[in-house]
Amino acid sequence: MKKFPLVLFAAGAIAMQSCKMKDTESAVSGDAASKVYVAPGKHDEFYNFVSGGFNGQVSVYGLPSGRLLKVIPVFSLNPENGYGYSEETKDMLKTSAGYVPWDDQHHLELSQTNGEHDGRWIFANANNTPRVARIDLTTFKTMEIIEIPNSGGNHSSPFITENTEYVVAGTRFSVPMGTEDVPINSFKQNFKSTASFISVDKNTGGMKIAFQIMLPGMNLDLSHSGKGPSHDWFFFSTYNTEQANTLLEVNASQKDKDFIVAVNWKKAEEYANSGKGKKLPSQYMHNVYNEETQSTNSTMENETIVLDPKDCPDMVYMIPCPKSPHGCDVDPTGEYIVGSGKLAALIPVFSFTKLQSAIQGKKFEGDYYGIPVVKYEEALHGEVQKPGLGPLHTEFDGKGNAYTSFFISSEVVKWNIKDLKVIDRSPTFYSVGHLMVPGGDTRKPYGKYLVAYNKITKDRYLPTGPELAQSAQLYSIDGDKMQLLLDFPTFGEPHYAQAIPAEKLAPKSVKIYDIMKNKHQYASMGEKATKVVRNGNRVDVYMTAIRSHLTPDNIEGIYVGDEVYFHVTNLEQDWDVPHGFAVKNAANAELLIMPGETTTLKFVPTKQGIYPFYCTDFCSALHQEMQGYMRVSPRGSNVPLKYGTNVTDSAKVTASK
Amino acid sequence: MKKLTKIGKISIPVVILCLATLWVLPMWQIDLRAPQYPGGLTMKIWINNVTGDVDIINGLNHYIGMKTIHKQDFKEFVYLPITMLSFMALGVIVFLLGKKIFYYIWTGIFVVIGLFSFYDFWKWEYDYGHNLDPKAPIQVPGMAYQPPLLGYKKMLNFEALSQPDLGGWFYMAAGVILVAVCVLEIKKSKATR
Repeated sequence: MKKFPLVLFAAGAIAMQSCKMKDTESAVSGDAASKVYVAPGKHDEFYNFVSGGFNGQVSVYGLPSGRLLKVIPVFSLNPENGYGYSEETKDMLKTSAGYVPWDDQHHLELSQTNGEHDGRWIFANANNTPRVARIDLTTFKTMEIIEIPNSGGNHSSPFITENTEYVVAGTRFSVPMGTEDVPINSFKQNFKSTASFISVDKNTGGMKIAFQIMLPGMNLDLSHSGKGPSHDWFFFSTYNTEQANTLLEVNASQKDKDFIVAVNWKKAEEYANSGKGKKLPSQYMHNVYNEETQSTNSTMENETIVLDPKDCPDMVYMIPCPKSPHGCDVDPTGEYIVGSGKLAALIPVFSFTKLQSAIQGKKFEGDYYGIPVVKYEEALHGEVQKPGLGPLHTEFDGKGNAYTSFFISSEVVKWNIKDLKVIDRSPTFYSVGHLMVPGGDTRKPYGKYLVAYNKITKDRYLPTGPELAQSAQLYSIDGDKMQLLLDFPTFGEPHYAQAIPAEKLAPKSVKIYDIMKNKHQYASMGEKATKVVRNGNRVDVYMTAIRSHLTPDNIEGIYVGDEVYFHVTNLEQDWDVPHGFAVKNAANAELLIMPGETTTLKFVPTKQGIYPFYCTDFCSALHQEMQGYMRVSPRGSNVPLKYGTNVTDSAKVTASK
Repeated sequence: MKKLTKIGKISIPVVILCLATLWVLPMWQIDLRAPQYPGGLTMKIWINNVTGDVDIINGLNHYIGMKTIHKQDFKEFVYLPITMLSFMALGVIVFLLGKKIFYYIWTGIFVVIGLFSFYDFWKWEYDYGHNLDPKAPIQVPGMAYQPPLLGYKKMLNFEALSQPDLGGWFYMAAGVILVAVCVLEIKKSKATR
């Protein structure tokens, strides 16, 4: 029987084969391709707004195709369209510390009414220089940025209440309140974390810091508001309740449990309205863009109302939560609060009903700086056992399931909220951070897809040197099992994201600005209104752009050192005909001017010469002809101010000697 | 002088009503489509106005040196409403007199107005398409841009479709009614002879 060993060997080889580690090839199955194919001319089903992380912007992708549709400039300069450079938008990046041209954009929240997306605005946080921005979803433009005082690391932000009553901003890096100069190692005495509640005007979206709740110094990490029965509450995860100010990696990982902070914001609102708060002098900038005048109004605010839990009973409670919790997510019913201890091997799920009765029955295990700490078991619905390693964030599908991302074990795990049983797990490539189900943090998730925003890319795409794009992965969650459909690269470093059905936004998307409504101070209503006006060293060029010429396109009588302001009005009223504007040697950026808009580029020539300027956005068959010249003469010379387009020059042209 | 039949009499207010729609509905519609205009461009011609994407069409046509279209350049927008109103007023007189002969004359006037309108429209289209600015940036030798009077035509990157709009159909319905009633009236008077 000499065949026998051969058969054994073959069996062994097959067995070995089946032990192979799971990789993408085995993870992708079935009709994945057809599920993400959006035929030419067809549109995606969802808009996916993705935070840009360290690029400071917000990206918009289409789902399920994963196609990048737009990058909305928010907290970073964008020379591509002049955001932050143009006279109209530069003050959007103004802070109490001057112009801050960059930020670290982590989380996004779409505005809600009754706990559902209403498609009006999307809010974005800036982690580095604490700020919150509001983006209009008809124009995909940043309309407002408010700075958060008494805060460092605005991380647990911009999560919102169910009717967008408030947007919150929670301090990740505790800092002293006010301006006192204190030693770093006085953290425990002097450092505080604040949970700021920014009210949002129902009609205009206008933001205002209504009050700040002063909490003991610790790291407020993430947050989510309650829903339905827990509507009045807001939940923040914390870490570093050890209050370390150095080597947090070790020193903030000592305690077995940190906290979920439960804030009754309705109560806080009452306290603030009834004057329980202290007015604290705090300087912070508030920048609002006006679409009509196309200008930014920056106001320095001078104080905030601070609520101290000591003076405000029944406003704040702490729930112990294992191992430096990160994600703090509330299920669609508003009953379950999921805290994800990022170093834990289980997921605790808290019950809002139990929390309420624990508070009623004063089932406290003690207090943290005077704030009652509810007994862990008294608030606990249960724990998901052995879900994976390093849970970070949880989203919901509205069918009673939760999906949690696991950074360390690099997977997404689906589990049942009620019985806490794991249903399915699917690997991510690699090390997922945030994850997102369309509407997955609202009262009515749309479900259907899940996107994992991975932190590590490695070999997912063609290599591009040491610095790689980030990687997102799309899963279908229609069935019991998650099905991996698609990889797509993302830019910056996405953290949290939101998605909304395309039909809720697309019909409202603005195509052009009505030029008749252009109230810009320097708008030129037609070519006949163009002019060049000198006022001392300041020169205002009222210019128009229309296919395919600029008016005026010849300008003389400008001197070295003049401050030249090009106010370019795009006279077009047709969809997708922006004009660009660039001047040789301009030290700032270019402009992209949408139809009907006026935008201003400041240019200070530093040397004599002829400066060509031109349209940068390929607008028409004669785009290459859309150019002009500015003559800059030495200071003190006597060249008269002269300008026009296609104006016959009656003066004799003298050759230079 | 024979009297109008009942049908003949009823047809007069019907015709007048049909023509009255011209003040609330556009007469003619020219649709343009090009690769860059996936949704197409539309120009609607009314008895006293031209609407739709006129500004966009004007902007495009400057490349090939076509004249820009402005409402105030059309004398037709003054004369046509006056003519139609007068015609409708005549209808009232025909109704009151109730004689066949006047109805025939009235129909005759309508046919003349209709034919002249079409000729005028064609002539404007001819001028619009042929009278090009000699300094136009794009000049295609031998190319004219006269839109079709009725139907489809391809011009450079544009496809044009010219057809009556709702008001135009009412206008034509008025014509059909007038001619049909005349035929009926003539037949009836022969039968009673």
